[in-house]
Amino acid sequence: MRSRELVIVGGGPAGLAAALAAHEHGIRDILLLERDQCLGGILNQCIHPGFGLHYFKETLTGPEYAERFIQRVLAIPEIEISLRSFAVKLDSKKTLTYLTPGKLETLSARAVIMATGCRERTREMIHIPGTRPAGIFPAGLAQKMINLEGWLPGREIVIVGSGDIGLIMARRLTLEGARVKAVIEIQKESRGLVRNVTQCLEDFNIPLYLRHRIVKIHGRNRVEKIEAAEVNDELLEIPGSRFEMACDTLLVSVGLIPENELIEMAGAEIDPATNTPKTESLNHTSIPGLFTCGNAFKIYDLADGVTKDSLLAGQQAAEFIRSAS
Amino acid sequence: MKTYDVCIIGGGVTGAAIARELSRYRVSIALLEKEAELAFGVSKSNSGIIHPGTQNPPDSLKGRLCVQGNRLIRSLARELGVHFVEVGELIVISDLQDLPQLQAIKADAEKLGVPGLRIVDRAWLAEHEPNLSPDIPAALFAPTAGIISPYRLVYDLAENAARNGVEFFTGHPVMGITRVETGFVLQTPQRNFHTRFVINAAGLFADEISRLIGVDDFTITPRLGEEYLLDKKREFTTHHLIFPLPTPESKGILIIKTSDGNPMIGPTARSTTDKTDLATTDEGLRKVLQNVQQLVPCLHERDIIAYFAGLRPAAGDDFIIRHEGRAPGFINVVGIQSPGLTAAPAIACMVAGLLKKAGLTLHRKWFFHGRRPASVHLFAIPFSQTEKLIQKDPAYGDIVCRCEMVSSKEIRDAIRRGAKTLDGVKFRTRAQAGRCHGGFCTTRIMKILMDELHLPVMAVSKRGPGSELILGSRDHA
Repeated sequence: MRSRELVIVGGGPAGLAAALAAHEHGIRDILLLERDQCLGGILNQCIHPGFGLHYFKETLTGPEYAERFIQRVLAIPEIEISLRSFAVKLDSKKTLTYLTPGKLETLSARAVIMATGCRERTREMIHIPGTRPAGIFPAGLAQKMINLEGWLPGREIVIVGSGDIGLIMARRLTLEGARVKAVIEIQKESRGLVRNVTQCLEDFNIPLYLRHRIVKIHGRNRVEKIEAAEVNDELLEIPGSRFEMACDTLLVSVGLIPENELIEMAGAEIDPATNTPKTESLNHTSIPGLFTCGNAFKIYDLADGVTKDSLLAGQQAAEFIRSAS
Repeated sequence: MKTYDVCIIGGGVTGAAIARELSRYRVSIALLEKEAELAFGVSKSNSGIIHPGTQNPPDSLKGRLCVQGNRLIRSLARELGVHFVEVGELIVISDLQDLPQLQAIKADAEKLGVPGLRIVDRAWLAEHEPNLSPDIPAALFAPTAGIISPYRLVYDLAENAARNGVEFFTGHPVMGITRVETGFVLQTPQRNFHTRFVINAAGLFADEISRLIGVDDFTITPRLGEEYLLDKKREFTTHHLIFPLPTPESKGILIIKTSDGNPMIGPTARSTTDKTDLATTDEGLRKVLQNVQQLVPCLHERDIIAYFAGLRPAAGDDFIIRHEGRAPGFINVVGIQSPGLTAAPAIACMVAGLLKKAGLTLHRKWFFHGRRPASVHLFAIPFSQTEKLIQKDPAYGDIVCRCEMVSSKEIRDAIRRGAKTLDGVKFRTRAQAGRCHGGFCTTRIMKILMDELHLPVMAVSKRGPGSELILGSRDHA
């Protein structure tokens, strides 16, 4: 079994920053595993501006923001990048197994940084009653379809949840010629950034229904309509407030969940309510030398925040490797 | 035009099992399914339980075929390479006062020949099912209960039947039946099928099919059940299938182990008149959670990763399996609700017997290819085996579905074996069935479908025509 000083899982903004910082702090044997065919992670599909305001003091699109880090990482020969590489197993001794076309590789690392990002909460997790037709998409999947593939997932859209991805998709779909009929949010306020409410909804006259929930999805093969209702302080439906809205598509943007299944497999303690590692200090887990950073550690509002804290993760891993040797 | 010996209407587990059984014989067979793929009707919502044969009246057809089916399914699963596990079942009581009811179930089941039954006490339960509520004092243990993947059983039965000459026609709804001198003509939008014998295994729509030849003495009354799937992390929370005491209407709300690992909780039971009503409800969810938490208190709402509703095709209390004297050559196999999956291999044998009695000559083929190599599922094999597979075909190392660890090779194989839709890929491989629900892999699977089936993106669907995912594309701009 090969051994490596530092293995980083994930080549999005968190993994890229961690790799750069670890190198800067003296680590010379770094393996970066990325499951996709290119680096950059979710930033590749975020073609809207607004990235880098804090870190670079200028506004960039997601791919532009990622590119700055990718170029720096590619210039460092001591950072080995393995694309289309999918980590399948991790144990408490930091032995990691990954699959890549043509190879199953197991290696042991002195430190591991999990920069695995997050997944979207699904329609299933918020229990929207009704049928299960085509036309229900997590907002991030719809974003990928439009921005990376050039596919339009729907024409008459309702968005449930006012997270940033949902707000940004409301604007994006409108620009692509779809009609966004409503954004429906169960809370009293939008969950997204104020600037996104203004720039993505108000500027396009898209109605935001606060304190509303979807009570039923209709449609056998494809979404046909939804029923929504106002809710009270206990988030229960207010009788008589139900109304219908015809649509062919429902986007779900109801929050993100850190992806920590591998560190859980390794035996790190996980808070089941948030799926984040139980720890007192930033980027740490209950297993020494096993770090997480970026959205795997906690959900960030901005990529700039991910970068800042993940640079620290690289430094922390470097210090751990040095102190353990 | 070719006249088939037998046309089977309906490509669920009943139709597929009959097709595979009859494919041993020198007869020509066609199976017609109205949906885009097999197993897209009643069978897709099946829980995958192979029942031992408890909980059926001792004089019922259901009971007899269930016990036979439970025996037959073991060799069938081996021949087809479908994963079957005998996990055993516990029917639990919450009060020792109910012990006589357990004993009555045991006595009935023993009359049917269910082996190995015994009443187990709190100490046994504490050792073998530690997460079960300590308030449960006793249970009936039925060791022969098992689990299987219902869809993969259907697909593998069908694949093996096709290998032995059965012709499958998906997307072919039967709209009319006429009787002719040589038998029957089945009308579908695409073409007519001439056949000597008809087997009606049309599930929820079996009454409508039967009415086409004038047999109308039964009605299918769908009973809706909501099921909730839990995260794979919960796989070993329980070790047996756990049942409450049954009521006259249903077997109650269960904690089910599935052959894919994800536990399932449910089902509810509500009669409906709408054969397309597959909606889940808030009440259903609350009822299921409340009931299972009484059995296993550590189960939590946040363990739920998916839910769906299915319809049981009830036609009275028992199965109806009979040759219709009023329409010679027409065999009804209807009302096949639970334990239909378990009974399917026994039903198939019974139908072969009915055909023979009705005048079909059944000579065995010289060469019957009864075995098929098991399909590969990386999630189910050790890494050492995965490593060898990757060496043989690098695409096994190309992971598409991260939650369930499904490679592009498995997805291409599934499409080559008949998957045409996203659901068809999901049911065969589990890609998109995990906790992210296809958030990450859907576009990749769509591209593989487009590539393998030479489809434009706007023709890729969830479950057939009308359920396309993409409504506009730059390719067409």
